[in-house]
Amino acid sequence: MKLRALIAGLSAVALAFTAGCGGDDGDDTKDVEVFTWWADGSEKAGLDALVAEFNKQHPDLNFVNGAVAGGAGSNAKNVLASRLQQQDPPSTFQAHAGAELLDYIEANQIQDISALYEEYGWNDVFPKDLIELLTVDGKIYSVPSNVHRANVVWANPEVLKKANIGEEPAKDLDEFIDQLEKLKKAGVDTPLSIATDWTQVHLLETVLIADLGPEKYIGLWDGSTKWDGPEVRKAIDHYATLLSYTNTDRQNLDWPDATKMVIDGKAAFNIMGDWAEAAFQEADKEWGKDYITYPVPGTDGVFDFLADSFTLPVGAKNEEGTKAWLQTVGSAEGQKAFNIKKGSIPARTDANPDDYGEYQKTAIESYKNDTIVPSLAHGAAASVKWSTAITEAVSSFSANKDKAKLIDALVKAAEDNQKKQ
Amino acid sequence: MFTRIRSWGPPVLLIAPTLILLGIFVYGLIGAGVWTSLTDNVRGQTTGTVGLENYENLFNDDTFVYSLRNVAMYTGAFVAGTLFFGFLWAWLLERGARGEGIFRAVYLFPMAVSFVASGVVWRWLLNSNTGEQASGLNRLLDMVGLGFLQGQWWTHEGWGILAIAMPAIWQLSGYVMALFLAGFRGIPEELREAARVDGATEWQLYRHVLFPQLSPVALSAVIIIGHMSLKVFDLIMAVAGQTNYTTQVPGTQMWLKYTSGEWAEAAAIGTVLLLVVAVLIVPYLISTYRAERRR
Repeated sequence: MKLRALIAGLSAVALAFTAGCGGDDGDDTKDVEVFTWWADGSEKAGLDALVAEFNKQHPDLNFVNGAVAGGAGSNAKNVLASRLQQQDPPSTFQAHAGAELLDYIEANQIQDISALYEEYGWNDVFPKDLIELLTVDGKIYSVPSNVHRANVVWANPEVLKKANIGEEPAKDLDEFIDQLEKLKKAGVDTPLSIATDWTQVHLLETVLIADLGPEKYIGLWDGSTKWDGPEVRKAIDHYATLLSYTNTDRQNLDWPDATKMVIDGKAAFNIMGDWAEAAFQEADKEWGKDYITYPVPGTDGVFDFLADSFTLPVGAKNEEGTKAWLQTVGSAEGQKAFNIKKGSIPARTDANPDDYGEYQKTAIESYKNDTIVPSLAHGAAASVKWSTAITEAVSSFSANKDKAKLIDALVKAAEDNQKKQ
Repeated sequence: MFTRIRSWGPPVLLIAPTLILLGIFVYGLIGAGVWTSLTDNVRGQTTGTVGLENYENLFNDDTFVYSLRNVAMYTGAFVAGTLFFGFLWAWLLERGARGEGIFRAVYLFPMAVSFVASGVVWRWLLNSNTGEQASGLNRLLDMVGLGFLQGQWWTHEGWGILAIAMPAIWQLSGYVMALFLAGFRGIPEELREAARVDGATEWQLYRHVLFPQLSPVALSAVIIIGHMSLKVFDLIMAVAGQTNYTTQVPGTQMWLKYTSGEWAEAAAIGTVLLLVVAVLIVPYLISTYRAERRR
């Protein structure tokens, strides 16, 4: 008797499971699930503003927030990988524009959306350099929503005064290193502040751009520049010297800690992407007075870019809804709503600078005129696998300061990447 | 026929749900993991098996070998440290220290804190700045005049991993103490009295009467702490982060490989880890099984 009850119970549970799996597979859904890692702070505020614009442009569709928080996106990427694996893609997902998309393209998980670029005239409003970097075999797979600049020096003029250094930027890395030496002699313990692994990769990439120039730097990623050539060796020398002027507790810190050292006057310089602007704003600092910014010495006229973008996954439910979302993301209104809140700049070049803050105006200006190169530390230049291998090599260098070993590891990382393709 | 089913049917039915669940979610998935490690699976895309190539790659990879060395050092320090402090505290309490209940709670309490929570605090305590800008432990050492003890902690390439063992020892020593305390309590008072009557010195009493009685407890402690230690992941993620070189262990390597899409290599690391833990656990299981049979 009891046994029969048990079996009945078990089958009820089993039924419930199958019913659960079979639910909501309808094709005529109005839901658009947008998968991001924008879960709090200025990123959440930006997303909210973008959603408001989306609801205005497409009142018949229903936005569903699929944000996964934590780990600067690495949690979200792992969740996404398993969802794509199980053929259960969201309507659209956030991904760094550029090489990070290659993994998805190779696995045939996202669709070509060049047609949308034609339809909405995006080929004319996004800069040519950017379109070139986004194009893979003549196809474009994502719409950039916002752009950040990575090669920015943030400096505290008060601290610079201690070593009689003016507010004009150094003209190249050698002069920059002289300045660091002067600061050290003037009693500044940390002339250049830096934080954990990826911020070191970030510094290395700007040094590479400075020593190689934009063309050869881009060549590193398509195989036309050698990783053990004389320019790279010179860059590694510069990088090692720069690292010797940084705080010894770098591995213990994350980027806000390093940026805060400049805000608090404990360090003179910090090299960080322009999301640091939000940290200066939060501390009520005034651009041009309490802090100054300029491109990393040697990279003037180069815009080291990274961008978030949205995709059209293969097998997305409600493909029309996804296209509507992409249209809003690419529209002038959508980009304005999002970027003013997030503190980045729009990927479109037809933005009105007057809508943005003081620092952002300079970024918009350079974005329009400078050569655009892809950032390594932020997924634009190399696949996730490649940039992880480089990050591990740079982290190892932070502990052992072995230049030869670093170059070997960089060469090997590039070779491994070639092998896969 | 029917009576036989009646006799073994109900027990089988009763254990069937757990057997099925374990079969699928533990042994089935172990099988799937091992299988994945033999393929060229990248982000779920695979073209077939590649034999032991992933394992070859792993053992030719300096970073992975370094991570194995790290986990071996970490396990040594972690096991030795917790056994030492655990035994010391248990011994002190057993000798009738006043306020035993309070001390027991005080020592056992760190175990209630998660590795992630304590890791965040230890990340700050183990700041590697020295001299003027020192903070955390280095600052403390400086203040009490032990400045020469300041160190790089976990950022040191050779010994860094031992710094991670410090929070782990701090957290688990109380647990080992509880194990030993239970061991001490399990030894009948008559045994000690008999030894004393026979004229044993205090040392002889410990050496020949108490230690042999405590050795099964010590073995359990080694097994429990040892297998926890080999699988270390959360503590390192909280203290040092995933890509930090000096604290790489197989757990973090597996996560990194998985994140960068190398699912097959990640599975291979998981399999290596399983084998290493098995080397520790299986002999223990066999010996307890034999001991139970003998009884």
